[in-house]
Amino acid sequence: MSDPMAEIKASFFIECDELLESLQDALSDMDEGAHDSETINVVFRAVHSIKGGAGAFGLDALVAFAHRYETVMDEVRSGRLEITPEAIKHFFQTADLLADQVSAARDGAPEPEGSEACLRELESLMGDNAPVPGAEEDEIDDFQPMGLSLDLDFSDEAFGDLGSPDTTGAEWVLTFTPQTALYASGNDPVHLLRTVHGLDASVEITCDMSRLPDLAALDPRESYLSWQATLSGDLEEADLREVFDFVEDVAEITIATPEDATAPETETEPAETAMPDPIAPPEAPAQNVAEPPPAPTPQPQAETRPDAEPAKAAPTAEPGATVRVDLERIDRLVNLVGELVINQAMLAQSVAEAGLPPNSPVMTGLEAFMMLTRDIQDSVMMIRAQPVKPLFQRMARIVREASAAIEKEVRLRTEGETTEVDKTVIERLADPLTHMIRNAVDHGLEAPHIREAAGKSREGVITLSAQHRSGRVVIEVSDDGAGINREKVLAKAISKGLVAPEAQLSESEIDNLLFLPGFSTADQISALSGRGVGMDVVRSAIQALGGRISITSVAGEGTRFSISLPLTLAVLDGMVISVADETLVVPLSSIIETATLMGDDIRTLGPETNVIHVRGDFVPLYDLGAELGYRAPKANYEGGIVLLTAQENGERSALVVDAIMEQRQVVIKGLQQSYGHIPGVAAATILGDGQIALILDPADLVHNASGRTRGRDIALAG
Amino acid sequence: MSLKVLAVDDSRTIRDMLKLALGSAGIELHLAEDGMHGLEVLDGLEPDAIISDINMPRLDGFGFIEAVRGQDKHRATPILVLTTESAPELKARARAAGATGWIVKPFDPGKLVKALNMVAG
Repeated sequence: MSDPMAEIKASFFIECDELLESLQDALSDMDEGAHDSETINVVFRAVHSIKGGAGAFGLDALVAFAHRYETVMDEVRSGRLEITPEAIKHFFQTADLLADQVSAARDGAPEPEGSEACLRELESLMGDNAPVPGAEEDEIDDFQPMGLSLDLDFSDEAFGDLGSPDTTGAEWVLTFTPQTALYASGNDPVHLLRTVHGLDASVEITCDMSRLPDLAALDPRESYLSWQATLSGDLEEADLREVFDFVEDVAEITIATPEDATAPETETEPAETAMPDPIAPPEAPAQNVAEPPPAPTPQPQAETRPDAEPAKAAPTAEPGATVRVDLERIDRLVNLVGELVINQAMLAQSVAEAGLPPNSPVMTGLEAFMMLTRDIQDSVMMIRAQPVKPLFQRMARIVREASAAIEKEVRLRTEGETTEVDKTVIERLADPLTHMIRNAVDHGLEAPHIREAAGKSREGVITLSAQHRSGRVVIEVSDDGAGINREKVLAKAISKGLVAPEAQLSESEIDNLLFLPGFSTADQISALSGRGVGMDVVRSAIQALGGRISITSVAGEGTRFSISLPLTLAVLDGMVISVADETLVVPLSSIIETATLMGDDIRTLGPETNVIHVRGDFVPLYDLGAELGYRAPKANYEGGIVLLTAQENGERSALVVDAIMEQRQVVIKGLQQSYGHIPGVAAATILGDGQIALILDPADLVHNASGRTRGRDIALAG
Repeated sequence: MSLKVLAVDDSRTIRDMLKLALGSAGIELHLAEDGMHGLEVLDGLEPDAIISDINMPRLDGFGFIEAVRGQDKHRATPILVLTTESAPELKARARAAGATGWIVKPFDPGKLVKALNMVAG
């Protein structure tokens, strides 16, 4: 916090991330056919701004890289370089490397490999206009030095042949005759002369008012005055020139030693007849003001603004005002709100215990308090929520790189990029998602010739989508490949001893074998996969986030992985239940309905399991008390209360509980850090009475329960 | 007397740096994120000098300077262009739009302050 430059530098890198994101967006738009100038400008500006900021921190490698990218994009912007699919591919590649350059600059790491090769390829698009390496250097050198600020490029022709006078401790005679344009440009001779006066020398300035007309004839915008200054002291000509750097094109300036002084003095005369300025039409700005100047030439004005079109209908959404806040502060707020929720629950409990009537002011007040708490909670959660878009963009890059590495043609489609998810969840999703995307490219999609033989397009499609579904976020990765080869999977699982050879597995059970530790389907380990990370690691990463992953596959049509995640890691709506005198919480989002069991609802299936009959369907019955090891299974479940829960894949199950106590928001207190992953348990919470209750994960619970009582047992029995 | 300066730049980093550089010089700084925003902020503000970037969304630096010069009361307000490009034709365009002077990015804080003091008096 103490070093402001370090802080700005940190914020520069945050800005870089945003710029890289808009760069990706614009390139994607371009890829989809948007070749309009605004899209190109967005690309240009993103690269340009990164260069500009990088220069301020002396990140030379990044500056040089961005500069060359920018040069090419400038060609595109000016229409000299055509946007072709091939070109867009290179734009993307360079954008990826630019992102690497930014990371390298941030971490102080060496420049990423392949930068030069990538730039060369990019620049080769320019054909004959490709910059000669040597020529390019000059421009970069011109740009890089930190100290370079007032830009002193003397153009000799503007000063005639004054020769090069001896400078040491010399006397200087300066004449300064402003043109009208000087006044129009917002410069003021008095400031310039004051600066001259402030120079380290003895200075004498005289004003030549000879051309000043009568007051009646005076045009206030016209230039009539001229000054002459004589300076003596330890002064370089450059020091003097620097003062007039801004106005050298709108004033006659001569600097000479006294010996030469006579000649230039006569040169001030022609200035009155306002010698035509070769570059700047001085009157242009003034034309917008009241009376037009004497000889308005319309042409220069048109010239001055070829593409200064104000506000090109700005299709981009107006960026809202934002505040950047340290994540730690938000976390503290989240925790405090959590405590508030607990406190409010305790308060509610003691009010209830006091036996106040339901419509008493205390109760209504408490209700309003409850709603407010909930609103605060939602708002705080919203602060932490972020769109998944940057994550998806990273995946787009993974697809590009992975497909290039194994020469498959792959297009990534993304849906629901604006879906917002807790920041921590997003961060921790990156690794598992990367792995899944690589898998989809490597194993999911077929090689182009096989696709063609199967009557599909050469280009495989991977779809990455995010959406909110019943209080959770569902992220899906699907491909239109060949689907899971179940025979192969089963054979492999058997050969690895993961399943008994005679086991009878359903299709979905075979698919789920992919999640077993130590399972890998690739016949030959390619450059992409085979890094020793299997889907089991993906699954445990997802579980650590309180999420679940499921898989569906159709032969010949593709495979879909579905990840379901909690919206937040802090609070959930839960149903508080009791089983064998233990208080537990079941997430409300997983409960479809509750019911009381009638005798004829219960059907026996197999030696150890029951199902219940719910509106024409049979749903497996689990005794929560038995599954959690609180008690032995009951002999008879008639009259028992069940929670009907559903998983992402639509599988339902019925959980027997002893009693339903209430519905309430609970604050999630993670157990992972102290206990690791406990099957069936998502986390814990503190209830209003101070008691600690476990929060169950019904899907995981059921999954493990079935794994224990059905999968292997049947395999052994069969 | 402290100077009042309006700075228009779409890069947050550059805005932060300007804030740091000019703030420590006791200059009262007002910031805007692009040309359009700059005009909005300028409305009701009487800056002693204006600093403007060139490449900006919505309304670029040339357009912004022209629009400012078009307002009678800002006919003589000094406008410094802050740009990474030092190509002569860009300078000529900036001058034609009504720019007072230019500073090349990355800027040296001391020299920027000096230049501001010079053009704004």
